[in-house]
Amino acid sequence: MSTVSTDTHSAAHGEHAHTSSFLKNYVFSLDHKIIGLQFLFSTLIWFFVGGMLALGIRWQLAFPWRPMPILGNLLATAEGGQIPPETYTMLVTMHATVMIFFVIIPILAGAFGNFLIPLMIGADDMAVPILNMASYWVMWPAFIAMGTSFFVEGGASQGGWTAYPPFALTQGDGQFLWLIGLTLVGISSMMGSVNYMTTIIQMRAPGMTMFRLPMTIWGMFITAILQAFALPVLTAAGFMQLMDLKMGTGFFIPEGWTTNNNPMASGGGQPLLWQHLFWFYSHPAVYIMILPAMGMVSDILSTFSRKPLFGYKPMVYSISGIAGLGFIVWGHHMFVSGMNPMLGMTFMVSTMMIALPSAIKTFNWLGTMWGGKIQYTTPMLFAISFVSMFIIGGLSGIFMAATPIDIFIHDTYYIVAHFHYVLFSGTAMAVFGGIYYWFPKMFGRMMNETWGKVHFTLTFVLLNCVFFPMHILGMTGFPRRLADPYHYETFRNLIPLNQFMSYCAFALVGVQIIFALNFFGSMFFGPRAGRNPWKSNGLEWQAPSPPGHGNFDFQPIIYRGPYEYGSPEVDEDYYPQTQPPPEADDETSKDE
Amino acid sequence: MRRFWSILFLLVPILGVATFVAAPYYNIWFPKDVSEHGRTIDNLFMFILWLTGIVFVVTELTLFWFMWKYDERSTKRPVKFSHGSHALEIVWTILPAATLLFIAIYQMEAWASAKMLPPDLKPIVEVTGRQFNWDFRYPGPDQELYTEDDIVRTDGKLYLPVNEDVMLRITSLDVLHSFFLPNLRMKQDVVPGMEQSMWFKAKETGGYDIVCAELCGWGHYKMKGRVYFLPRDQYELKLEEMRLEQNTMRAELPEEEDE
Ligand SMILES: [Cu+2]
Ligand SMILES: [Cu+2]
Repeated sequence: MSTVSTDTHSAAHGEHAHTSSFLKNYVFSLDHKIIGLQFLFSTLIWFFVGGMLALGIRWQLAFPWRPMPILGNLLATAEGGQIPPETYTMLVTMHATVMIFFVIIPILAGAFGNFLIPLMIGADDMAVPILNMASYWVMWPAFIAMGTSFFVEGGASQGGWTAYPPFALTQGDGQFLWLIGLTLVGISSMMGSVNYMTTIIQMRAPGMTMFRLPMTIWGMFITAILQAFALPVLTAAGFMQLMDLKMGTGFFIPEGWTTNNNPMASGGGQPLLWQHLFWFYSHPAVYIMILPAMGMVSDILSTFSRKPLFGYKPMVYSISGIAGLGFIVWGHHMFVSGMNPMLGMTFMVSTMMIALPSAIKTFNWLGTMWGGKIQYTTPMLFAISFVSMFIIGGLSGIFMAATPIDIFIHDTYYIVAHFHYVLFSGTAMAVFGGIYYWFPKMFGRMMNETWGKVHFTLTFVLLNCVFFPMHILGMTGFPRRLADPYHYETFRNLIPLNQFMSYCAFALVGVQIIFALNFFGSMFFGPRAGRNPWKSNGLEWQAPSPPGHGNFDFQPIIYRGPYEYGSPEVDEDYYPQTQPPPEADDETSKDE
Repeated sequence: MRRFWSILFLLVPILGVATFVAAPYYNIWFPKDVSEHGRTIDNLFMFILWLTGIVFVVTELTLFWFMWKYDERSTKRPVKFSHGSHALEIVWTILPAATLLFIAIYQMEAWASAKMLPPDLKPIVEVTGRQFNWDFRYPGPDQELYTEDDIVRTDGKLYLPVNEDVMLRITSLDVLHSFFLPNLRMKQDVVPGMEQSMWFKAKETGGYDIVCAELCGWGHYKMKGRVYFLPRDQYELKLEEMRLEQNTMRAELPEEEDE
């Protein structure tokens, strides 16, 4: 089998280098690209599961206690598809858990990080491939733990994704498996992050200085640092809760604690301690869930504006600033938790300040498009929508950073609106953009542009119909996580709005079929892509599509940063990182 | 197609603003505020809403304009080969920094008065959250909690005097709950093993919702209460009535089962 590439390079050696077994090549592979794709497929499957769980939530909010057709029998075992309150609580818990720990974090770091880091810095693989493989295979026990927790007695965890004790400690085996799963995800992320840091620091190609790295790599690098410093705290906290749950310790259990008239022998702990430890990880995790997406968006915006990235260094400094500030803002989740209100004041100031780097980045993205020649490709549309939606998600964050306002909007749909604008309208849209953009590199074929645009338009319109009204729901005080909010007469007038949002949510999930068909169809039948279908500067586009073992069929030497679009030095509007400058013609004109 | 994409993104600010303009007409807005400090919080919200609203509209319109103007087909001249601008970076660092700092400082007073500077009052009632109800213990005539004459109610109805500063002691019997009074813009998580206080002054009589705002179990959604604000004289009558009711109940039952 030989690939016909559109450029003059002959097919890579990768095609005929190895003829070992399927198992070694595609299952227990040490190749970062295969591991990246394994992460991609696993997380996309969980994305589907998380979406189904969301449908259950939306059904109940639109038609409380009415039996849910089709899906109801799957989600809620009893009562002919009606969702009982226990199941509803389980749905909100597991929707969040699956989306955060099985989709967003592993799809960014695991899928894109693995696939792109060596290709973008000019390495033949990760620094420690075996660790890389382990980081994927540790996800499987986590998948199994969370997956089986749905079927144990009492069902999956109902403790909320934040697992606040003491309530979480009243949960049965579902909570136990939840904690095991969480810890394993943490171990996987830790192995990944150590590997990424080492690879990015040690294995850059000649000429690839830190300030020539694309923003995607900066996003991954800062994310890896955040993971490495924050994860140990979550892991420790997880073990403490595990021991409280199973071994009778009392880290998070107050003195004389009872639930359902069931006195527990232990005590002397503090429920707020868990919140501090949990958010010490989970606030930085918010950035773990968005910095790589911001990096990917920066790359896509520059490529399709055919113009250098505006303010590269300010962008780098602002994500580094986020990494620093990200560790001193966790208390903004605890303004009304009973934490000393004096601390609330401090956390308000630091939280306000962390909005600054995001503002700087937004202005620089606009600056990138200013005066460019914008090509409205599918990845570009997703990237622009990231910017547009991130403006909303960023600005709504200011409300909850303001402590007096947070007294009112805390635990209402205002919060739900905010983090869905950041995580779905932001990160998930960037992920779609990234898939459309790097798909040719992953599979050597193009995705269908027309269907891509249809998918984009419907997703963009529908997500706003689902998530934007949540802001005004929040303003009415509409609380989150209520199995039947209409138990309060005050909220009854919100039923029609919630029904509208739910219809849009069902449609939003439905139109993802377009994406799935396009994805799998293009994998087998898409037109061949060639090395550089988008005429990009990035190093990854100089490798064959898909790259063989060892990635590059030449020794990459880097002459410039990845954003020199429209440079007056060359005739074309792009200037690949590996193309020698004109005056250096005497060395080696082409080094394939 | 550039027109299509630009206009699609233009819809974001238009429909975004329209949603916020239309919502009050459909009566989807802040719940009625009956407290003294609630107006401060609403005003702060509206202040930030205007501020962020302006930033939202301006940035989204800029995005629309760039999409409209700089698309590949209608742009003939070469792109601006620019890597950024120091002056601009400084402007858009300092301006938002100053604004954000100002917002933070501007909020501090309201926060301090709502959560940090309790009035010098004895608790008028002790609120206890438990799965899945709000219990109330009034100190009774001697004004001291946990004495013989306390009035304990488990019917989820709380009676408080209107036009008076009141101090509530709140605590939990089992797991976390959150004592949320939407109409008073007040919320406080209830933590077992910790005692917290909440204070406010209601301006209007009437009954308002008490919502549990922290996930506490399957019955979280039905952990509903009502707070009634009564003029002082009616409030005292109500307390007296509840005390008599409790005395008769005590006479009937040999042992008290509360708590
Ligand atoms: Cu946070
Ligand atoms: Cu509750």
